[in-house]
Amino acid sequence: MLEIRGLAASIDGKPILKGIDLVVPTGEVHAIMGPNGSGKSTLSYILAGREGYDVTGGEVRLDGVDLLTLAPEERAVAGLFLAFQYPVELPGVGNANFLRTALNATRRARGESELDAVQFLKLARAALRDLAMADDMLKRNVNVGFSGGEKKRNEVLQMAILKPKFAILDETDSGLDIDALKIVAGGVNTLRGPGFSALVITHYQRLLDHIVPDRVHVLAGGRILRSGGPELARALEESGYAALGLEAVGEDVAAIGAS
Amino acid sequence: MSATLAQTGLPSRKLEAWKYTDLRPLAALAPAAAPEIADIAALAADLPSFPGPRLVFVNGRRAASLSVPAPAGVITDLATGGDFAPFAPAPLAALNARLAQDGAAIHVPEGLDAGTLALVHLTIAEDAAPVFVHPRHRIALAAGATLTLVEYAGGRGVYWQNPVIEIMLAPGATLRHVRIQAEDRESFHTATIFVDLLAGARYDAFTLGLGARLARSECHARLGGAGAIAHLAAVQLLRGAQHGDITTVVAHDAPGCASRQTVKSVVDGRAHAVFQGRIEVARAAQKTDGYQMSQALLLSPDAEIDCKPELEIFADDVKCSHGATIGALDPEQLFYLRARGIPEAAARAMLVRAFLIDAIEAVSEAGARALLERAIDDWWEGAR
Repeated sequence: MLEIRGLAASIDGKPILKGIDLVVPTGEVHAIMGPNGSGKSTLSYILAGREGYDVTGGEVRLDGVDLLTLAPEERAVAGLFLAFQYPVELPGVGNANFLRTALNATRRARGESELDAVQFLKLARAALRDLAMADDMLKRNVNVGFSGGEKKRNEVLQMAILKPKFAILDETDSGLDIDALKIVAGGVNTLRGPGFSALVITHYQRLLDHIVPDRVHVLAGGRILRSGGPELARALEESGYAALGLEAVGEDVAAIGAS
Repeated sequence: MSATLAQTGLPSRKLEAWKYTDLRPLAALAPAAAPEIADIAALAADLPSFPGPRLVFVNGRRAASLSVPAPAGVITDLATGGDFAPFAPAPLAALNARLAQDGAAIHVPEGLDAGTLALVHLTIAEDAAPVFVHPRHRIALAAGATLTLVEYAGGRGVYWQNPVIEIMLAPGATLRHVRIQAEDRESFHTATIFVDLLAGARYDAFTLGLGARLARSECHARLGGAGAIAHLAAVQLLRGAQHGDITTVVAHDAPGCASRQTVKSVVDGRAHAVFQGRIEVARAAQKTDGYQMSQALLLSPDAEIDCKPELEIFADDVKCSHGATIGALDPEQLFYLRARGIPEAAARAMLVRAFLIDAIEAVSEAGARALLERAIDDWWEGAR
């Protein structure tokens, strides 16, 4: 279970998150939607532990563990996974070596034995097949020369191999055609079950047709202004944020939301 | 005591070629006689694990019992003193000429592909320090001959290893020269290499410098025959208060020759890296293709690099370029790795490896490459 209580954060003194309260029970998938600049990516980066943000209040717990005091790698081995909106290119780092190093770091932390190259390849090839990815993906340098869709699929491949307890998908649907979208959604749905939960950040309803969320939250101006079932996402798609009184971004939205 | 060494001709920083490397810590040492090693066989554990023929020198003396005979047809002999006439001024080579001890004379006859030969230097100065060693090697490849020479320098204690290597490549000869400098961190290592290339000859050098308190690798290559090729590649990994200097001078004296000087430096702690690269193109050397690149990764705020490219061109139809980059590890890349559970130290190591990979993959000989990989792994182990 992920519990976010009163999370407030700023960048260079400018408040971005202004008190987020959000609970994702184990086994559930929640979606966060919201206009540009509402703080969606900031939230995902803060959960993953990226530098450059000042957390000014609140707490985040994953199955009771205080995440905010942990280094990014400690959060990862505790079971948190961020699928990046903009996956980073690593020239000179082979994808197979990267994935195996990450998997073995995770396994070590769980007290499991490390996988050798042969065991890893077997596991990786199976994961590639499930995601309709070519085997040569493993030989290439991480994300280097990948198309937008390949980068996103590579994120889902990493998730499939690392098997996190909690995944954050930050606009994983952007840049995907409909076939790739289905594959990516399939990758997430495969992991769904009692030991997995996720936060899906997206602009669009169409991803949520394939990954049907248990709850939908609307984030604007650094606060969660609405929460509801999957029907909330459809309402947003049809009438836009304006119809919900969520037209503008920033201070104004917060004011509307508070009223 | 220091006056003694200074009088023998250590260059000072007033010399342009020594502006960035200060030998005063070396001048402060008073040499002791190199001790005889009673139990040479026990040093086998200090040898790099490298299969095949090898010539081993311990404290400057040939250690026949640790050596493995050279490939058939290759003549190896002791080189001593004699007619030394470097084609470029090099103060430490001149000093070596005055004090020279044993060295190897390696000759590969015409047309022979002699495979791989290792040349190993161990300096053991634990009991009587500091020990000064001035080996001098001569390597001659006759027309069309080929050799891969893997040179390794290591040791224990405070010492100064000051080798000079003279290389003559006859028309069409190819020498691949892999050098691993893994000296004790208290030691000094200064190497001067002269390479004379005749028409169509090729010299491919890769130097890895990761040991010594102060190190300099100085290579002078003269492309004296049409169509000769020289590639001087180097990687140096420095940390703590280490000082590492890569100096290369390529003289294009004949038309249609190509040269590459590519250096990668990884600098941590308060270490100081130097790269001085010079391309000289004589009036006759038309259609010269010269290229030089220095890339440095600074891992700490106190790490430092001085980079000095020099081009001196007298011909008018040439292609010569140089470049230099200096950077730090990319925080976005580091975060991406850590977000996948890879601890920070391991993530940094991965990114440094990625920075070096193309340089290391350019070393085609498998045994030499494995040795390089191990030396770099050991360096990382030592960093923790």
